[in-house]
Amino acid sequence: MSIRLAIAVTHLVNRKRPTLVSLTGIVLGVAFFLAVSSLMRGSERDFIKRLIDNSPHITVSDEYRNPQLQPAVVRWPEGAVEVRRVKPLTEVRGIRGHARKLAFIESLPGLRAAPVLMGSVVLTFAGRIEGVTLSGIVPAKTKGVSTIEEKFTQGSLDALAANPNGIVIGVGLAKKFGLEMGSVVNAASPGGEVRTLKVVGMFRTGNANYDETQTFALLKRVQGLLDRPNRINRFIIQLDDPYAARDVAAVIEERTGYKSVSWLEASEDLMSVLLVRNLIMYSVVSAILVVAAFGIYNTISTIVMEKTHDIAILKSMGFHARDVRRIFLAEGVMLGLIGSLLGLALGLGLMALLARVEIKPPGATELVHLPIYWGYEQYLLAAGFALASAVGAAYLPARKAGRVQPVTILRGMG
Amino acid sequence: MRPILAAERLGRVLPGEIPVTLVQDVTLAVERGEFVVIMGPSGSGKSSLLYLLGLLDTPTSGRVLLDGQDTSGFGEDELAATRLRKLGFVFQFHFLLAEFSVLDNVLLPLRRLGVLTEDAARRRARELLDQLGLSEHGHKRPYQISGGQRQRVAIARALANDPPLILADEPTGNLDTRAAANVRQILRDLTRAFGKTVIAVTHDLTFAGAADRRIGIVDGRIDPDWRA
Repeated sequence: MSIRLAIAVTHLVNRKRPTLVSLTGIVLGVAFFLAVSSLMRGSERDFIKRLIDNSPHITVSDEYRNPQLQPAVVRWPEGAVEVRRVKPLTEVRGIRGHARKLAFIESLPGLRAAPVLMGSVVLTFAGRIEGVTLSGIVPAKTKGVSTIEEKFTQGSLDALAANPNGIVIGVGLAKKFGLEMGSVVNAASPGGEVRTLKVVGMFRTGNANYDETQTFALLKRVQGLLDRPNRINRFIIQLDDPYAARDVAAVIEERTGYKSVSWLEASEDLMSVLLVRNLIMYSVVSAILVVAAFGIYNTISTIVMEKTHDIAILKSMGFHARDVRRIFLAEGVMLGLIGSLLGLALGLGLMALLARVEIKPPGATELVHLPIYWGYEQYLLAAGFALASAVGAAYLPARKAGRVQPVTILRGMG
Repeated sequence: MRPILAAERLGRVLPGEIPVTLVQDVTLAVERGEFVVIMGPSGSGKSSLLYLLGLLDTPTSGRVLLDGQDTSGFGEDELAATRLRKLGFVFQFHFLLAEFSVLDNVLLPLRRLGVLTEDAARRRARELLDQLGLSEHGHKRPYQISGGQRQRVAIARALANDPPLILADEPTGNLDTRAAANVRQILRDLTRAFGKTVIAVTHDLTFAGAADRRIGIVDGRIDPDWRA
């Protein structure tokens, strides 16, 4: 052990109480930092997981991000071209050449895609009339991109696949209409087509609006009902790595030309709320550590004051100003390190305790454990911040100690 | 042979609204192996002169030559390094670190210099304690031994890195007659048997009587006519 470190250790060991008090500050600071951070990050991840699970990672729709340019503008991009009174060509809605586009999307690694034709229909049953969204799906493909099948209370997607005239509805709609499994409803399209469909499945997602207005039928059936044969207007894409959604969406949009919206883009407002929430949380928990740093400052500057004579004698003996500075910086580092380690242990304990707490969120039927995030980066962050504040707090007294002039002290004595 | 320590027109003025002159125009040379005492009335500037000679303070005029080397251009780190290797201090109040054992106090300069291994440094420190009759006190804390013993520990510590020059500020000022005689004898033996040079500031006439040469300081100047 270097002599500087030995002196630093002696200083701390001989002042057990102030040392313990300032150590406790750091320990509690780090522990609370971890407990709060793990809970906040845990709930954030829980929230994002729900978001990712319940919404498509990427939705490609039959829309363009920007209005289509006039050919003249494309031909002379630098020219002063202005085309007035343009009436765009009536376009058949839907994704053009969707089979080829689907093949391209499916050729990308790490994703599954499903075609959907979405439209509005009016359901009638026993004199009740309700406008709903009807999605035409291919059950085999939909299974790969959606968690809807887990939400079925009765029936299944396979039952839909087996019954060309089947329809799957939410429990909210079933209640409203008084529908049961096997009930037969009429679906009318805006174009006047009418089909009779039989309820072969029911789901409950927990989102009331979705459960009341979303229905599913086979793609072929919906194409017939909406009079748009062989058309689809949407690709639903699920990724193995949800966080790659933004990049993958950009690639797809570039190749297909159609608007591809990733879940990140679709929920940008929520993501920014989470960011602000994290900023607030980290400012508050960091403030605890800053307060703890004052304890360290107090302890070390008291030691410096008490030890002015020792500092003078060390310097007269030939210790450099930086040797003296290092002694007191080392005290800060030791307090920071030991405090961080004990704080990490206590923090892990608190986290384990929190992870065992069960709560019943509003609307849920089962008790759930508090979501706790165990990621290592928060340990590094907590320990790093604690260490930085400890060293910062030690720096000022250490600098003062380095500046002690032995002669000033000796004159005072003699 | 060149003197181990020489001062040329040394002056030290404390700046301030009313500048205070501590030392002025001191020129002296101390030979290797000499035992020199600096004497003078209280407040005459003799301690200030010792601090200048010991490179603890920097002169406002003149210069100090240590072993022929001009120290006036030295920065704080160079001064500290020079003190570590070439100078040993003994003060009136022993100035031992209370939280360290006697042995650890003697080890401080050895460890800071870091030339010897830990084992060798311990051997050297024990040897010094033995020579000063402190062999059984190594493990004790400074407050567990007498004033005279503490001053001998301070001497052992000053000798740790084997410096050619020992500077002492009232080394017997706080001791009873017997302990003072002992310290005086040790410092004298250092010059005689070990070739060390000792410069001591003192009020103690008996102590001064043991020296080879006495320098009188009055009002910061050398006064050749000064008699205690």
